[in-house]
Amino acid sequence: MTVRELVEKLGLHVFSDQSGLENEIKSGYTSDLLSDVMGHSNQGAVWITLQTHKNIMAIASLKDHAAIILVKGLKPDDDTLATSNEEKIPILGTDLQTFEITGKVYQLINKQ
Amino acid sequence: MPVFSADLHIHTVLSPCGDLDMSPVNIVKRAKELQLDIIGITDHNSTRHCPLIQQLAAKEGIFVLCGAEVTTLEEAHCLCFMPDLERLDKLQSYLDLYLMDFMNDVNKFGYQVQVDEEETIVYEEPKLLIQSINRNINQVEEFTHSLGGLFIPAHINRPAFSLISQLGFIPDDLNYDALEIYRMTDENFCNTYNYRKDTTLIRNSDAHQLNRIGAERNFFNIEELNFQEIKLALLKQQGRFVK
Repeated sequence: MTVRELVEKLGLHVFSDQSGLENEIKSGYTSDLLSDVMGHSNQGAVWITLQTHKNIMAIASLKDHAAIILVKGLKPDDDTLATSNEEKIPILGTDLQTFEITGKVYQLINKQ
Repeated sequence: MPVFSADLHIHTVLSPCGDLDMSPVNIVKRAKELQLDIIGITDHNSTRHCPLIQQLAAKEGIFVLCGAEVTTLEEAHCLCFMPDLERLDKLQSYLDLYLMDFMNDVNKFGYQVQVDEEETIVYEEPKLLIQSINRNINQVEEFTHSLGGLFIPAHINRPAFSLISQLGFIPDDLNYDALEIYRMTDENFCNTYNYRKDTTLIRNSDAHQLNRIGAERNFFNIEELNFQEIKLALLKQQGRFVK
């Protein structure tokens, strides 16, 4: 499944520009401890978090994530968003809380 | 140059996790026994015990670095110190304004009390002090520096509530005056993370009990005991330094 398909199926907000929407999603990871995400998430993951600091982009880039989803209506910091566009790793948003959006993403990924 | 012994991260009874005997009088007495010259008073998100401790410590020739251990929105703990009581008040107002509204449950988290010289309770903090404030790490850094304060991320490589646990690594644009490394770690830590290589690394006790005060110490090579000299030493300026 591509990031674009995920966005359409779950009605996610796209904060970044359009680059990166064709990234292929292979798995998901939910955590707000960046040290944990760095250690345990996989390449191609869609990462669900409430952290908005610029460091999330560095970690998503390091781990070659497909996209990041911010929960509860949170918005990325300006410099976080700028890096997202540069790295072509989209930042998406939802008003849902972490538990709910994780459940929905899990179901979609497991149907594949 | 004279050398002064310092433990810059000490909690009082005001922190819910601080022992009940961590009163201003007891802390100063203990610091004197241990021959500490400088103590940093850093309760979670509160500065309320600093003025009394400073007053008591002055009689013993001990310098008090007044501040708080601020929990940023990312839940990274950062030591913020102010140059004088006027600006400490401004830090307190900032903390009062931005501390989240979750109330303390004494049975779960412990007492959050301020006491006077006779150990009589003069104030009880209703909001839980160990939650975060609604300001991110960059905002806290900018605010602290706008008042001429010192900004030192705490126990940065601790597995919880640290800059590195919460944000994965040290942001390259973060303007810190020093870094506090976790007391359990050795110097090899320094090779595994990227930080400005001229940075002063300090280790402190993070004492919540009287018998922990001074368990870690830093030695300030400064001309005299004041905020400005301490700042110069942390920044390695004008021949001042910390060992």
